[in-house]
Amino acid sequence: MSVKTLKIDDIDIAIEEGATILQAAKEAGVSIPTLCHLDGVTDVGACRLCLVEIDGSNRLFPACVTQVAEGMQIHTQTPKLQEYRRMTVELLFAEGNHVCSICVANGNCELQNVAIAVGMDHSRFPYRFPDRKVDASHPLFSIDHNRCILCTRCVRVCDEIEGAHVWDIAQRGAACYIVSGLNQPWGSVDACTSCGKCVDACPTGAIFRKGTTTSEKERDRDKLEFLVTAREKREWTR
Amino acid sequence: MDITELHEIAEQERERRKPTRIRCCTAAGCLSSGSAGVKHGLEAAVQSAGLEAEVEVCSVGCMRFCGRGPLVEVAPTGTLYEQVTPEDTASIVGALKGGNATAMKGDPNHPFFARQMPIVLENSGKIDPERIEEYIAVGGYEQLHHVLTEMTPAQVVEEVTKSGLRGRGGGGYPTGLKWATVAKMPRDQKYVICNADEGDPGAFMDRSVLESDPHRILEGMAIAGYAIGANHGYIYVRAEYPLAIKHLQKAIQQAKKYGLLGSQIFDTAFDFKIDIRIGAGAFVCGEETALIQSIQGGRGNPRPRPPYPAESGLWGCPTLINNVETYANITPIIRNGGDWYASIGTEKSKGTKVFALTGKVNNTGLIEVPMGTTIRQIVEEMGGGVADGGKVKAVQTGGPSGGCVPAALFDTSVDYESLQKLGTIMGSGGMIVMDEDTSMVEIARFYMEFCRGETCGKCVPCRTGTVQLYAMLTKLINRQATPADLEKMEALCYMVKDTSLCGLGQTAPNPVLSTLKYFKPEYLELLKSADSPNGKVNV
Amino acid sequence: MPSSPVQAQSSDAASPPAPAAKPPAKNHASGDRRFKALDMTMKRHQYKPDALIEVLHKAQESFGYLEEDVLIYIARGLKLPLSRVYGVATFYHLFSLKPSGAHSCVVCLGTACYVKGSGKLMEALEAELGIKVGETTEDGKVSLMAARCLGACGIAPAMVVDGSVSGKQSPESALDKVRSLQQG
Repeated sequence: MSVKTLKIDDIDIAIEEGATILQAAKEAGVSIPTLCHLDGVTDVGACRLCLVEIDGSNRLFPACVTQVAEGMQIHTQTPKLQEYRRMTVELLFAEGNHVCSICVANGNCELQNVAIAVGMDHSRFPYRFPDRKVDASHPLFSIDHNRCILCTRCVRVCDEIEGAHVWDIAQRGAACYIVSGLNQPWGSVDACTSCGKCVDACPTGAIFRKGTTTSEKERDRDKLEFLVTAREKREWTR
Repeated sequence: MDITELHEIAEQERERRKPTRIRCCTAAGCLSSGSAGVKHGLEAAVQSAGLEAEVEVCSVGCMRFCGRGPLVEVAPTGTLYEQVTPEDTASIVGALKGGNATAMKGDPNHPFFARQMPIVLENSGKIDPERIEEYIAVGGYEQLHHVLTEMTPAQVVEEVTKSGLRGRGGGGYPTGLKWATVAKMPRDQKYVICNADEGDPGAFMDRSVLESDPHRILEGMAIAGYAIGANHGYIYVRAEYPLAIKHLQKAIQQAKKYGLLGSQIFDTAFDFKIDIRIGAGAFVCGEETALIQSIQGGRGNPRPRPPYPAESGLWGCPTLINNVETYANITPIIRNGGDWYASIGTEKSKGTKVFALTGKVNNTGLIEVPMGTTIRQIVEEMGGGVADGGKVKAVQTGGPSGGCVPAALFDTSVDYESLQKLGTIMGSGGMIVMDEDTSMVEIARFYMEFCRGETCGKCVPCRTGTVQLYAMLTKLINRQATPADLEKMEALCYMVKDTSLCGLGQTAPNPVLSTLKYFKPEYLELLKSADSPNGKVNV
Repeated sequence: MPSSPVQAQSSDAASPPAPAAKPPAKNHASGDRRFKALDMTMKRHQYKPDALIEVLHKAQESFGYLEEDVLIYIARGLKLPLSRVYGVATFYHLFSLKPSGAHSCVVCLGTACYVKGSGKLMEALEAELGIKVGETTEDGKVSLMAARCLGACGIAPAMVVDGSVSGKQSPESALDKVRSLQQG
């Protein structure tokens, strides 16, 4: 296996060929914000938060799906990137109905964390106040579409790890929403195994365990990674 | 099928023809203007004049001057009639024997026609697209034979590279390079895809080619298949083009019947089959990775590139994906050589380009001009300027991904680089003329409304940015926006452009940015603080 | 943290977002010709999941719209998750999950038509029919739709009534056409 050497924010790093810039950054101790990326499932490059600049190109590259190459000089925190990330987070807040103070994930929310990381304290774009639904038909869990950022982690985790494919995306554009079964109440979808992986995968308070109240959401994120390693490398202990 | 048989078919077809052919355009444009009734009338008139032995009436594809349809042309004299009604038909037939036709005569030497250089459209309006024999009679499928029996795949790629042909879907990527990349992929299974999902509003070049000369696309795709080592092709055509689908289906059947598609074509080891896939109303499926998703039965969500389809496309196999007009150029390039093609056009943009000239212009229709023709020549000479003596304000190219060129810059030559420099793009070939009554802010909002409705919703900037931009433009048009809003809008435009996942989002702000660049006073006039004497917004 | 004045929704007080799904259709294949047509299409594509869009086209053509039990039937035939079928069916504009009117009236809102006033055609038709674009009149007679571009730009503005295209329309000529539909 060949090794590539590159620079991320002036930190030298050597990493195996085929690794992504995001993996390399993690190894170099450089933090790049992400929302749609989840260790253990396929990357989709959809949230655009992990965009980085690479010397020699005026395009921006999503770190989660761009493979490292020899001699790359990567910048993750240029003023342009910081500004764009902030706008992306503002757009997300303006798109849904995110009310942190009454949210199960308050204090344990990746959207909130990213907002703090990029220094976003208000949205310069008007809130859209969409009319979105809540589905509490499942005996154990609920989905509150108001808090959904359409990262599709639940869709991927359910399909790729659990193999149940309860979730998918319905409609298109601004009308997109996470759909269970044939647009039926979650509780009535035969395929759901009630495994709760979507709860662990959800970055916000959109999918949560029933009975959780404000700021109480917890997730066992490592479990997803553990399961993937277990299957791929036959390691069944943590 | 061998070459002798092919020549025999051509010979028989030429012998079958009657000395006088009355061509009646039955492509979608003229059909909508009532050309089916005209054709019926012509047939009846020929019969009642007792001229069946020497005169035939045939359905042909697009004659290009769509705004003046239904069009009828008499061969070999070349007399052209415009806006023909069924009532005119008897007199048109009568005119063959020296009478006077009541129908409006067209001028084949009008700059609209005279400035054109038909390569892609060489057969369009001349042959019956529903009969393979007519295509064979004008030399059809001979280049496929030539390629299969006398050229190596590498030589074919070389010839296409030499021609300098660039992707006609809008991107302008060198076709030869793309072919060479796929050809080099070490895989058994490869695919050829023809992107016929012509979604730009205001563009109908591909529709006309598919309706008027479908075999040209099949031949071009088969040659591509041979060059890159693929035995299976797909044509992804939008469902809004029922006539094009019908003609393609018929063409594929006929080609299969003659053994020009299928196994061991021309008794060589080359197999090639073509399937049609019909879109279901999603503009984003014109983006290549979304199109591939759609052929695979999924939602038309684009995915990040690399890997490019040339490496990993349909079902993960190396896939060559080109636009209709690109394939339509292949047969002439093989026939006349890459050098011949490269001698047409400008230094970096070779050959011709077909445009759909529409909007507030006198002569609407399809034009095929050499690259490097100026916008002025197209709009003023060929298009005949604005209807009712108005003034041209701008031309929009590239649809929702493009921008506007103001009248002051009409001496710009039409080629990939020059248009890009002006902040617009060549695009697939829509060219919409706007007059002084057109509000550029309204046009910008029109395109943003389009993108807002067509974004797939996968990536954040495109899904939410187009919604916000549309709202900002509406606020502006309602005279509620402040100068700060305008700045915010421009900033968001650049963000959506730079951060979106696919071409749709990356180009969605172009109509706004280009009108801001050339027509900023129109935006300023709409600001809340500005007192404007002309409060009305015209569309 | 940013917060919006929108009313907070408690998780328990919520109602399911959609009507309950009907029990899966089991015995449709017998008798109904339309299901046989679906079977044939699926068979022709060897029941490959990739054929989903082709099969949905066929279903829309045979049934007029995509009913729930038709979608379930297709999901079963092609061995696809229900949510995947629903996701694809709702992504594409041409697929309709609701029945449409007896007559269809489509106004092209492509750029060339728009520049030539198709927006005014649409306004006139909306006013005449008392519905918005994308809706069907209460008596179920006419559905009013918009097209992105019909490729009939040379004869803009264009509209399509029950599948036949007419070019160079004015609000008056468009209203005439629609009025005759309403009477018929």
